[in-house]
Amino acid sequence: MELIDEYRDPAAARRYVEAIRRAVTRPWSLMEVCGGQTHALLRFGIDRLLPPGLTLIHGPGCPVCVTPIDIIDKALAIAARPEVIFCSFGDMLRVPGTIDDLFTVKSRGGDVRIVYSPMDALTIAEREPGRQVVFFAVGFETTAPGNAMAAVEARRRGLQNFSLLVSHVLVPPAMEAILRAPRRRVDGFLAAGHVCAVMGLEEYRPLAERYRVPIVATGFEPLDLLQGIHMCVRQLEDGRAEVENQYARSVRPEGNPAALTVLRDVFEVVPRAWRGIGSIAASGLALRGPYAELDAERRFDVAGVGGRESPECRSGEVLQGLLKPSDCPAFGARCTPDRPLGATMVSSEGACAAYFRYRRTRGAA
Amino acid sequence: MQRGAWQSEGRTMCLGIPGEILSIDEQVEQGGLRTGDVRFGVAKKSVCLAYVPDAVVGDFVVVHAGFAITRMDRAAAEQVFSYLEQIGATRE
Repeated sequence: MELIDEYRDPAAARRYVEAIRRAVTRPWSLMEVCGGQTHALLRFGIDRLLPPGLTLIHGPGCPVCVTPIDIIDKALAIAARPEVIFCSFGDMLRVPGTIDDLFTVKSRGGDVRIVYSPMDALTIAEREPGRQVVFFAVGFETTAPGNAMAAVEARRRGLQNFSLLVSHVLVPPAMEAILRAPRRRVDGFLAAGHVCAVMGLEEYRPLAERYRVPIVATGFEPLDLLQGIHMCVRQLEDGRAEVENQYARSVRPEGNPAALTVLRDVFEVVPRAWRGIGSIAASGLALRGPYAELDAERRFDVAGVGGRESPECRSGEVLQGLLKPSDCPAFGARCTPDRPLGATMVSSEGACAAYFRYRRTRGAA
Repeated sequence: MQRGAWQSEGRTMCLGIPGEILSIDEQVEQGGLRTGDVRFGVAKKSVCLAYVPDAVVGDFVVVHAGFAITRMDRAAAEQVFSYLEQIGATRE
């Protein structure tokens, strides 16, 4: 048992598709929150198996896509400094800032390194005490516990040359922003299973009640997604609006207590700007208390650095589920993964990149 | 993706990949972090296990950016296969 392949069984998938077809009597729109789910839905063609009237809307759960251009520009400014080793997850390197991306900085001689884990950056800081090592701490609640642990370990080991450029974002406030939008199109949510594995399910219950919306914590394999869709549709057809857990093999209702303890010790909840969407109250994390000394924005005085989006990029509407990628005039023409106008075309989790890769062109999507 | 899934994890921070714990290095007594080797298909990688204190060798964990964020529950792993029968959806 590998806990992967068995969740891709075609016969079981067909049974789910049939059950979903039988369950649907009215048009419904479901949003899968996580970009990893968007990619799986398109990769396995699940979007094409669903009955007419059941629409999947792609959510904002792509950390690369929503990291604001201001932070990208600050990353570029810091990474260009000669004393800095700038460490990042690989998928941030091609995200366009106002003018450049991190790859360009690297090609001009900046010391930009791809790491697999924040702990790798910590190791580099220990080995190179004469350099300033900065880790680009982006992502949702899934990467925040690891980045928090890096901060704890940096202080415990007394590393003076390690800092974090933090742009963490939180999923539930973004879901609420989508629900409050005047053009709300979402009838139900497939919540991001791995975010729920860390945070638990409690924070979704007020959303389900207040906005009368079913929320199903859902996994990432085809059968997970099909079961999540079935559970969500069943709630809608029954007139229920509850928090359910499809992904019980990974998600406990209380989340991961060990991770939450460190997360809340290191980070505090702050307002954050989301690329393409704008500022959302209480939607991000920043270093708190004694950990604030590890804040790279303060250490390198980049407070004044800001950015400007390409006026042609409509990723904000894509991230809010208001525009299908293939309906953007620039899609596939002036905006491709090789020459992206916005971050949604860069990331492997971005909806525009997924549509491009799996050939969901206009009309075919 | 199946067997090589872990390879994309170095590039993409947000893909959580299930893997099996092969060994655990308890460094806690020396003030270090709980780490272990985790198998993803045929590949093996060192992973921080500090957030899964109850996980043992043979357990599957979901790994994000070098950290195991949850231990997978084998009993619950079966429910996706029995759900439709349980709710009677196959007989409708």
